Amino acid sequence: MADLTSNFVGIKSPNPFWLASAPPTDKEYNVRRAFEAGWGGVVWKTLGEDPPIVNVNGPRYGAIWGADRRLLGLNNIELITDRPLETNLEEIARVKRDWPDRAIVVSLMVPVNEESWKAILHRVAETGADGVELNFGCPHGMSERGMGSAVGQVPEYVQQVTEWCKTHTDMPVIVKLTPNIADIRKPAQAAKDGGANAVSLINTINSITGVNLDNFAPEPTIDGKGAHGGYCGPAVKPIALNMVAEIARTPELHGLPISGIGGVTTWRDAAEFMALGAGNVQVCTAAMTYGFKIVQEMISGLSHYMDEKGFASTADLVGRAVPNLSDWQHLNLNYVTKARIDQDLCIKCGRCYAACEDTSHQAISMSEDRVFEVIDAECVACNLCVNVCPVEGCITMEKLAPGTVDERTGQVVQKDYANWTTHPNNPGKCAAE
Amino acid sequence: MTQNALTPGIVAGRLDPDAYADKFADLHPPLDDHEAFVAADRCYFCHDAPCITACPTEIDIPLFIRQIATGTPEAAAETILGQNILGGMCARVCPTETLCEQACVREAAEGKPVLIGRLQRYATDRLMARNSHPFTRAAPTGKRVAVVGAGPAGLACAHRLAMRGHDVTLHDAHQKPGGLNEYGIAAYKTVDNFAQAEVDWLLQIGGITVETGKRLGRDLSLDTLRAGFDAVFLGIGLGGVNALGLEDEDKDGIADAVDFIAELRQAGDLSKLPIGRDVVVIGGGMTAIDAAVQARLLGALNVTLVYRRGRERMNASRFEQDLAASKGVRIITNATPRAIHGNGAVREIEFEYTDDDLAPTGQTFRLPADQVFKAIGQTLEGEELPKLDGRKIAVTGAGRTSLKGVWAGGDCAAGGEDLTVTAVAQGRDAAEDIHASLMG
Ligand SMILES: Cc1cc2nc3c(=O)[nH]c(=O)nc-3n(C[C@H](O)[C@H](O)[C@H](O)COP(=O)(O)OP(=O)(O)OC[C@H]3O[C@@H](n4cnc5c(N)ncnc54)[C@H](O)[C@@H]3O)c2cc1C
Ligand SMILES: Cc1cc2nc3c(=O)[nH]c(=O)nc-3n(C[C@H](O)[C@H](O)[C@H](O)COP(=O)(O)O)c2cc1C
Ligand code: SF4
Ligand code: SF4
Ligand code: SF4
Repeated sequence: MADLTSNFVGIKSPNPFWLASAPPTDKEYNVRRAFEAGWGGVVWKTLGEDPPIVNVNGPRYGAIWGADRRLLGLNNIELITDRPLETNLEEIARVKRDWPDRAIVVSLMVPVNEESWKAILHRVAETGADGVELNFGCPHGMSERGMGSAVGQVPEYVQQVTEWCKTHTDMPVIVKLTPNIADIRKPAQAAKDGGANAVSLINTINSITGVNLDNFAPEPTIDGKGAHGGYCGPAVKPIALNMVAEIARTPELHGLPISGIGGVTTWRDAAEFMALGAGNVQVCTAAMTYGFKIVQEMISGLSHYMDEKGFASTADLVGRAVPNLSDWQHLNLNYVTKARIDQDLCIKCGRCYAACEDTSHQAISMSEDRVFEVIDAECVACNLCVNVCPVEGCITMEKLAPGTVDERTGQVVQKDYANWTTHPNNPGKCAAE
Repeated sequence: MTQNALTPGIVAGRLDPDAYADKFADLHPPLDDHEAFVAADRCYFCHDAPCITACPTEIDIPLFIRQIATGTPEAAAETILGQNILGGMCARVCPTETLCEQACVREAAEGKPVLIGRLQRYATDRLMARNSHPFTRAAPTGKRVAVVGAGPAGLACAHRLAMRGHDVTLHDAHQKPGGLNEYGIAAYKTVDNFAQAEVDWLLQIGGITVETGKRLGRDLSLDTLRAGFDAVFLGIGLGGVNALGLEDEDKDGIADAVDFIAELRQAGDLSKLPIGRDVVVIGGGMTAIDAAVQARLLGALNVTLVYRRGRERMNASRFEQDLAASKGVRIITNATPRAIHGNGAVREIEFEYTDDDLAPTGQTFRLPADQVFKAIGQTLEGEELPKLDGRKIAVTGAGRTSLKGVWAGGDCAAGGEDLTVTAVAQGRDAAEDIHASLMG
């Protein structure tokens, strides 16, 4: 069994799987059971100033589903914790005392003034918690009150609040970023400049999951009205992965630890976040959907994978895919592939045909008796057929060996790397020296 | 004294009175909303889908399933009924395992096809529950068409003609319209009097006058119909039955399976319907299976189905054979009846084993039998019909017969498959052809 122990900005946990700040971490009862189930750490549900906020009393979630009503995306309009500060702090202290080997980070959100942050930081420090996470991400409700993403969207505020926090506590400070921004590198840079020990991302994405077509209200609907919520779950993973990777590969941000969040559901998702630069991951929707037990699959899966790869520690995995993230202009234009259909696996549904036929390439032929074949002279290797085929592994992309002729272009495939910057069609071509 | 399973002879009430409803309940209960969504989710929306090709009425299956999946079962029903006006009955009786579901790519992928038939029922049930009829008649054409036979072929033909603006008179020898939907199909495939409800719903199109108790050859003649109407469609099915060709075939206890089934379908109270203790059914098609299964359901102790060739040659699908076996019917293959024994009433029936080419083997056996049902095929009945091709009415194109102005379709026409759905397809297509030639 691989060594899954994790040391994230000095915070140790038996594995890199933390529960994100959200309902599963809102109280002692939950967090104790999460630890019993095997979670390496939690970020406690965001604390604020007393009196506690109130939540809506109607539905707070909306969702979208895939086949078999599998939950793909969740939207929420929940606010931060609605329980008194003292209650939460007492519980945090008790749980930390009983579970010293697990990470407990406390998420915080108070108004943008130094006194407020100073006051709450001192109280958190007394609990023995391992660190704090500044919630600059919540995109609904709290942002209307000048907090959450209202802070996260303004890099100057991010830097300012981070500086205050670094001044008033010795605990590691993690800054949680909102994805509701054009360039994620800007708030990340602000956090770094403010002295943050790490960033975590993503928080939820502004969203409306649906509209009720009878009463014409957005969902979830509260008495005939709806407000935008925050989107999370498997559907947001690609967005989150990209944002994590953008930070990981930006030279100015180099060395800034990242806690990866957004749609992590299985060990594989976690490993992907880590390969793109996340030191650990946080999970919310998957635990809300399936319960705490999913961490067992994450632990066994990552462990098997690391054993197979011979990774001694999670550090061997973290960031391994970052060097392979490239700008488009540096992709190799001499890498030529063609789609290949495995006729033994093909169930003759014709989806590849419909997709290719109606998507401008017309590179799949269909015979009278429903045999589907790739026409190499037309195939641009776009991968669409692979993506729409219902049988995994039935269509694959085969690389043409250098020296063979690409029937589509009539050109001999070159073995040398060549990209757009040097391509003759590029008006701004710079001579390759 | 209540009769029980062991009572010899042909008696009624072999079962507990409460047991009948259970035994004859829906073979495939309807899908509820949740089940329908789960089933619909499995459809891949195939390009030029093979299931469509496999459906004799060419229903756009991926489209109607997508309509169910998006919460519009009534739109799905219109897709179905636009192609097959008896889509509700077909959803219940089609041997989908040899039609659409056999062709479904998920049958190839996982051996588990999309539940096309049951989804079709889900959609059509929804629409009929509203009792709305989505089709309307075109402007009147002033043309009159006589349809003879109110089975699936005649009904489909009449509906399509009415839709095209023609006035239709639908004649049938029986007291009720519906053909074998009403008198033939197994009771557990069409519960709750669905056949009549469907006919009533179909007739909402208007423009169809139903004349029951009118038999061609007795109350009507083809010549007068041809003289009185602009066109005639014959959908008279197969009224006769084949005989075994044995001595003593008229002994008590020996009956035609179709008569037994018709009686069963019309029985108000199944506990009053007599059935033998030891029942033997001779034949290998759907009728034989239905007679055997329903005999068991009525409480017969031993039911044996005997077919003269090998199992793979039986007309009944594998699914039907397995259904019979699961109800406790014993299936004996490669055996031909040779003699009937008994004084007055049948007591035993003697068979000889035969090979697949029906060559005798000399080995015989006897089965005890107080009731024997013959199900060795139905035949066309009637004189003065258009020219025959073999034992059925010869047709070319969309059901054109040798007589000008006379079309035929369904079981009575040559070339069909003797299925409800093919009868519907032929009736519909003949109607379009009649329409084209009347208006052309
Ligand atoms: C027992 C049994 C079970 C079956 N089970 C199935 C099944 O599960 N699935 C399936 O797809 N198919 C099944 N079939 C076959 C299916 O019922 C027929 O293929 C279908 O009904 C044929 O339709 P049709 O309109 O051609 O004939 P029919 O349904 O036979 O209708 C013919 C109509 O014409 C009338 N008629 C006959 N002669 C005259 C006349 N001289 N004058 C006026 N009217 C006349 C009859 O009264 C009848 O109403 C079964 C058949 C039988 C016998
Ligand atoms: C109901 C709900 C409440 C949340 N509350 C908080 C919160 O109080 N503080 C916070 O930082 N993030 C909060 N989040 C965001 C999650 O911590 C997490 O960043 C986001 O859901 C993406 O991860 P996921 O795809 O694993 O759910 C909440 C999410 C949900 C669904
Ligand atoms: S999940 Fe629990 S709290 Fe939420 S609506 Fe359902 S029963 Fe109520
Ligand atoms: S999409 Fe896949 S399974 Fe379907 S026809 Fe194409 S190759 Fe075959
Ligand atoms: S073949 Fe099966 S999966 Fe494909 S469209 Fe038909 S029902 Fe759907």
